[in-house]
Amino acid sequence: MTAKRQILDSIRGSLGRGALPPSRRAELEEALNHPHAAAVPARGTLPHPEQIALFMAMCVEMSASVDRVASMALVPAAIASYLASQNLPTRLVVAPAPQALDWAAAPLLETRFGAALPIDPVSVTPVAAGVAETGTLVLCSGPDSPTTLNFLPDTHIAVIEAGQVVGGYEEVWARLRVDGRLVPRNINMITGPSRTGDIEQTILLGAHGPRRLHVILVDEHGG
Amino acid sequence: MHPTSHDFKANAHRAMRNEALQGALATLKKGFRAKRGIAVERLPEFEALRDAGRDMKNHVLAHLDHYLELFEAKVLAQGGHVHWARDAEEARRIVLDICRASNARTVTKGKSMVAEEIGLNAYLEKNGVRPVETDLGEYIIQLRDEPPSHIIAPAIHLNRGHVAQAFVKAHPQYPADRPLGEARELLDEAREVLRESFVTADLGITGANMMIAETGATIIVTNEGNGDLTQTLPRVHVVLTSIEKVVPTMEDATTVLRLLARSATGQEFAAYTTFSAGPRRAEDLDGPSEFHVVLLDNGRSNMLGGAFHDMLRCIRCAACINHCPIYGAIGGHAYGWVYPGPMGSVLTPALIGLEEAHDLPNASTLCGRCEAVCPMHIPLPRMLRHWREREFERHLQPGRVRLALKGWSWLVRHPTLYRLYTMAAVATLGMLGKRRGRFTSMPLAGGWTNTRDLPAPSARRGFMDQWATGRRR
Repeated sequence: MTAKRQILDSIRGSLGRGALPPSRRAELEEALNHPHAAAVPARGTLPHPEQIALFMAMCVEMSASVDRVASMALVPAAIASYLASQNLPTRLVVAPAPQALDWAAAPLLETRFGAALPIDPVSVTPVAAGVAETGTLVLCSGPDSPTTLNFLPDTHIAVIEAGQVVGGYEEVWARLRVDGRLVPRNINMITGPSRTGDIEQTILLGAHGPRRLHVILVDEHGG
Repeated sequence: MHPTSHDFKANAHRAMRNEALQGALATLKKGFRAKRGIAVERLPEFEALRDAGRDMKNHVLAHLDHYLELFEAKVLAQGGHVHWARDAEEARRIVLDICRASNARTVTKGKSMVAEEIGLNAYLEKNGVRPVETDLGEYIIQLRDEPPSHIIAPAIHLNRGHVAQAFVKAHPQYPADRPLGEARELLDEAREVLRESFVTADLGITGANMMIAETGATIIVTNEGNGDLTQTLPRVHVVLTSIEKVVPTMEDATTVLRLLARSATGQEFAAYTTFSAGPRRAEDLDGPSEFHVVLLDNGRSNMLGGAFHDMLRCIRCAACINHCPIYGAIGGHAYGWVYPGPMGSVLTPALIGLEEAHDLPNASTLCGRCEAVCPMHIPLPRMLRHWREREFERHLQPGRVRLALKGWSWLVRHPTLYRLYTMAAVATLGMLGKRRGRFTSMPLAGGWTNTRDLPAPSARRGFMDQWATGRRR
């Protein structure tokens, strides 16, 4: 008997039944199409402007830094000024996202597009959504958002449009279902930079992933 | 891993005399415990989420076969592989076979308690594969060749000095007199050393906090980002997990995620929650080309439907461990196997046998704190009592303990005699201990008084008397 058969039989034996009847199986399978959110915290159901304020406040609480600009056109300059203020390298690896930023606006930045290599000091990525509840970014892997960008560089800069900020996690799942993007290779929920408490329960940032997470919120799309 | 749970009493005595360990355990109270309290306070919906989490897991367990098959079908449809393992030996073999098939020599690992449960590292090493732990705590204990002492903070029993010592020995590429006194210096060195392993590894192994039947994704929840580098950079990603971790939908997983970090470290959310489904897609620029999920049973299916069924709801947050006065006194190694604290004292006898681990269910005051903080409402004290009953039924205690328990059981079934006996005992002890208020030694009670004082009864009248005469508070 195969291991699978034996484990399933053991489960059924312990539960005191045989395999579920096909009608019950179909019912349970159908239920997966109507996912049910248990108890969505009230703090995730604020009006949108307050959601954005909560999102930014939670990002800061989780040790990310935040910036807010009026349009996409201002993002390259905002990146340049952030890197200068932190005395960080200006060599960027950028996600090949569909809406290209106008890098000519920040001539001091050196850009390369694609997945991250261990030598890349700074990455720039789009996000799929931001969740106000905990200041969490959601990124979906794909050719326009390689996963290595989220973890290899010392500094991760994430660009999020105001319309991408939602209250709770379930709203993200609902949007991804509609877009048919619920099952990429990776969905990464990122809340602040990498950290560890493994030495004497002292929290230190920059364990294996990025030492810094910088979030740039863009108020309107375009420009 | 070879268990030493049968030596629990000796282990515990040693632990209580270990000053470094006692210093490390003192951080639990202001660390995990205090932080959990604050996080729970901030989320008014926490109780409702606990109830929802319990109900959801109960539903899954009642249909476990079905959800596992759904999950498997999704993984296969995305080009992944699913391997079923009845026991530890079979799981080790499967992982080694995947390593061999992909010619893997160096394997990076994210933290996985299932890997500890099956003793994976020793087995891989014996068979020519080099496993490198990448979670900082796991890396430290791997260098020291010891098991984890806590399920989410494996090196909690150590201080900076221990870590520095281990690093000086393990990293000869650095000058021996480099400064390693600060946690920051230790972390930066580990980051640099492990970067090399991440980039050169042939295969990455992670555990899974959950599996989702709806999407075929597995989830890891981490703070360091090591699990992500482990599963994204090498050519092959192996997920090693156990059968009870499946949940139906993304929404169900979300309920657990809202409970998990708050219960564990007191964080609102962990830094990284990662869903991984199948190998890299054709158009992806990075990610592994192969994706394997190993599903371990190892005794869990036998727990279904019985006295320990509820234990299968456990999400491994460690809240029960962090709040346990016994764990706080002796740390994790004394329990002698992989899972310490209240959850370990219930799980260990089920997984490796009551004969080996019958002392563990007794390592509890049954104070109930574990159940009070469990995000899945697992009735841990009740299950500890179940094990104690079985210990008695199977004659696993020494003869004099059995005799004493039998005598006690006879006495409490004769209420008049019981009351006479307790009245006499209270009166005598109250009189003898009147002056000091406590006893530092007592015949036949050395097991108690050797390590702590026995308080003398403050009133000459026992509880029953006070109750009867209406002195109720």
